Amino acid sequence: MGARSRQPSRIRNLTAVLAISAAVATPAAACSSSASSPGAANVNSANQPKNPTLVITANDISGGKNAAEADWITKTLIPDFVKAEAAKGITATVTFRPNGVDDTAYKSKLALDLQSGTGDDVFALDGIWVGEFADAGYLKPLADVAGSQVHDWDGWKQITDAVQALGEYQGKRYGVPNGTDGRVIYYNKKLFAQAGLPADWQPKSWQDIYDAAAKLKTLSGVTPVQWDGGVPMGEATTIQGFLPLLAGNGGSLYAGGKWQQPGKAFKAALGFYQQIYGNGFGDAVLQQDAKGRDKSFAEFAAGKIGIYAESDYMWRSVVNPKNGTAPMPDRDTDVGYALIPAQTPGAGVNSQDFVSYSGGSDWSINPKTKYPQAAWDFLAFMNSNAETVSRLGGAAKITARSDVNSQVLAGDPMLKFVNDKVLPITSFRPSLAAYNDVSTLVQKAVADVVGGKSPDEAAATYEKGLEALVGKDGIASGG
Amino acid sequence: MRDTSAAAAAASDPGAVVRKIGRYTFLSVLLGFFALPMLWLASAPFNAHPTLNVSISSFTLHNFSVLLKDPYALPSLWNSLLLAGGTALLTVGFAAAAAYALSRVRVPGRNGILYALLLLSSIVTGTAAMVPLFQLAFKLHLIDSRLGVILVFTGGLLPAAIFILKDFTDNTPKSYEESARVFGASPFQIIRHIVLPMIRPGLATVTVWAVVNVWGNFLIPYILVRNPDKYPASVVLYTFYTEGGQPNLDLISAFSLLYSIPVIVLYLFVSHRYGFRFHGGIKR
Amino acid sequence: MARTASPRAAEDPAGLGRARAAGIAAPALLVVLAFLVFPALWTLYLGTTNYRLTGFAARHPHSVGLDNYTNVVKDPAFHHSLWLTFEYVVGSAVLGQALLGFAIAWLLREAAGWLKRLIEALVLLAWILPSSVVAFLWSALLDRDQGTFNALAHTQGTAWVVEHPMAVIIVFNIWRGTAFSMLLYSAALTGVPPTQLATARMFGANQWQQLRDVVFPHIRGHILTNLLLISLWTFNDFTPYQLTGGADTRSQILPVYIYQTALFDGQMGLGAAIALLMLVINLVVALVYLRLLRERRGERTA
Repeated sequence: MGARSRQPSRIRNLTAVLAISAAVATPAAACSSSASSPGAANVNSANQPKNPTLVITANDISGGKNAAEADWITKTLIPDFVKAEAAKGITATVTFRPNGVDDTAYKSKLALDLQSGTGDDVFALDGIWVGEFADAGYLKPLADVAGSQVHDWDGWKQITDAVQALGEYQGKRYGVPNGTDGRVIYYNKKLFAQAGLPADWQPKSWQDIYDAAAKLKTLSGVTPVQWDGGVPMGEATTIQGFLPLLAGNGGSLYAGGKWQQPGKAFKAALGFYQQIYGNGFGDAVLQQDAKGRDKSFAEFAAGKIGIYAESDYMWRSVVNPKNGTAPMPDRDTDVGYALIPAQTPGAGVNSQDFVSYSGGSDWSINPKTKYPQAAWDFLAFMNSNAETVSRLGGAAKITARSDVNSQVLAGDPMLKFVNDKVLPITSFRPSLAAYNDVSTLVQKAVADVVGGKSPDEAAATYEKGLEALVGKDGIASGG
Repeated sequence: MRDTSAAAAAASDPGAVVRKIGRYTFLSVLLGFFALPMLWLASAPFNAHPTLNVSISSFTLHNFSVLLKDPYALPSLWNSLLLAGGTALLTVGFAAAAAYALSRVRVPGRNGILYALLLLSSIVTGTAAMVPLFQLAFKLHLIDSRLGVILVFTGGLLPAAIFILKDFTDNTPKSYEESARVFGASPFQIIRHIVLPMIRPGLATVTVWAVVNVWGNFLIPYILVRNPDKYPASVVLYTFYTEGGQPNLDLISAFSLLYSIPVIVLYLFVSHRYGFRFHGGIKR
Repeated sequence: MARTASPRAAEDPAGLGRARAAGIAAPALLVVLAFLVFPALWTLYLGTTNYRLTGFAARHPHSVGLDNYTNVVKDPAFHHSLWLTFEYVVGSAVLGQALLGFAIAWLLREAAGWLKRLIEALVLLAWILPSSVVAFLWSALLDRDQGTFNALAHTQGTAWVVEHPMAVIIVFNIWRGTAFSMLLYSAALTGVPPTQLATARMFGANQWQQLRDVVFPHIRGHILTNLLLISLWTFNDFTPYQLTGGADTRSQILPVYIYQTALFDGQMGLGAAIALLMLVINLVVALVYLRLLRERRGERTA
């Protein structure tokens, strides 16, 4: 019954227990002992341990969520790494600890492990968690953990500055980005043909979207537009729906060290929702459904939705004829994709005509690892060109590395489109501890408008919530 | 028995006929109300591409054969059995002993203490206690240990289990115990041969209740267990989603059925073997 | 069930003695102290801090005194949530489960064996299925476009969970939890002497009068036990979030509110404070029930 893990990491856990056993039973005390992290500065390859043991964790599990990555880690990456280390005279023991559950649950477990002073040596985390994990002391700059060799890694040259920002916080590197994505507008070419719209469609302004929606509305049984707009959709509403609209007016949630007061751009973005859902172009009820996102995907796959703003995830994992959750056998011919336009040409951030938003995850190192050198070697190894290519296993996916992207994306025109056309114009969310709460406020504001309130009203509620969250001093006027 | 008297009454009283029709209409509606939601569990697992619709458009066992190959799916049912069985064993054993002691030996303020514990248990079974429970298990070296999960569950379930079982023991006649004592039986013989058989339906009920509570709980085993080979089915069910959180209904529906079968079998067994009966009511 | 003849003299009939009684109660008490009382008190302590799972407050939580409590008590969202919880508990537990459970128990006394077994089995099945499975069952039942209910009731296009969230979770919880009341009442009804019912019928008492004058006095204690437990359980049940998604404030009952605050937003201190407030409310509810119980004893001795 009480069988404990026989893995060597147990030993590390025990020392951590000893370190804090004197502490009073509060999480505060448990954390305050974190001062004694292994001295990072004296890490160098000359005196590194010959038998490092590493435990790797990610929100992947064989047979379930992200199964392909889990299988790659255990069957290819770890054996390859052990072999490579053996060539250097080091006997590494590496185990993978799968999770594969809801992201919030994974984040909680990661946080609990790290705050108790244990946790696995190398782990994956969402880019927007970096700030709150760093503030909590769960993460330290990579160079503080593994030494300045981190900056000498040749892989950085292959990762654009924008993508590197996914692993950065306050100008320091906390993790190696694993991949990224981009938001586009998908459309159903069959429905477009029926409505007399072009097969090769690229809206240049929001008005173009309204016009197309009005034509699609004449088809019976068709919802012209799905633009994520409900609280149950969570972050999808913020990043898929609202942020590209905000950027389409040159606005952002956070700029110059302050959260932005909801101004003209903010209200205009809400105005887009008013147009879509006020005119019956979108299915307002679906936005409130707890299964709204699943159902929207299923409806798009069934040819009942004309225009859909989503990330390349939808193409790869939802409507993918091979393994999608809502497969479309004729995806390649039936589904078109276009850039998200600014409200009017040139009105977007940096005076862009088109905009997008991106996210992505990182791999990082536990500051309390006993083997920082081995952990860094593992990170560098797993993000090398060869291993990144092998991770994809023939499937197309946008990685953090430009060299890999140009090699593997040629076979998938949609992902190539995202890589070539979307990533250069995309924006990233602020990696700040307060982001999660601000995002929830955004979702509520959007839901208010979808539910019939005016953008002014919804923006006022948002501003009140923002003030309560970050204080008046944390907010800059304008926006 | 009652049927005959009801029939006799029905013959003499037209109102009784109406009542009888009313009764059976009500029971039919009831049957529909309780059965209707379960149709999905009977149809979706056998559908090649299940949706939220109740239909079998193309019958297949493919979803199950995929699960057979999953490294965690079937072992997780065994893990659930270990966690639920262990918790039920500890909960029922400890609760029965404590309930008997509290029922038969006067302890000042025993009811007040029991109520207080019952109230506290609502905190620990909620989400707010996640950090303390984790830290406690961590300090006792019970992370990634099934015993740790079992103890945390047992702590949360014990007050209600004692509460229910104390009701049972309060209601059993003490005269048997007294006569056994007159004939020289030791207190433990009395408990084993007289008290336990009398409260057996209660023990069976609390066992099922404890198993069901453990069987469905996701959060506690997830935060306390590290090695996925020890994940119970409640955790594994949550792994059949995509990176973006879309459910894989093929696997979820099939696994839901497998996941439900053990508790159904347990219910059938207990109800057949021990009867599934409560005795309740605060008697003091 | 037969009652003991001499309640006072029968204290400790097995001759256990205080020491041995303490001995057999000890394992339960130890587990409860270690895994219930200790973490519960710790949670209450967290309720006086600004502790969060991540971010700056995770590293340096500090005491905020009673701020969490005053903030919560002043928060209209909390009042709203409390009111919804009240509706939920009264609607689904006190009225729904208890009444339906009693009705089933009462009607099934006279039903044929197979019908009785079938209904009991279905009601119990609803109780023992894992909650994550049950959530899928109800999503499939009430789905706007493909749901079984809309197809049968010819109400296509009605998104029940969106349009009537409170009604849905109340009906859901009645479905989910009636089994406990049914079991308890059918056991209780076996303790009602049939002769008294027969006598009442002979004097022309109708069904309602029989229930009021004969059955009710006999099962009053069971009713109170039942209400106490199902109210407490319903009060603390966060299963509805799996149906509603948890974010809809129109159906955000307190346990769901805590779930959102503590787990989703990571505000552990605040979540713990709300948990204590809930405990106090539960205590008040328990005291009300106990007061009713005391009145019963008064009646008896009178």
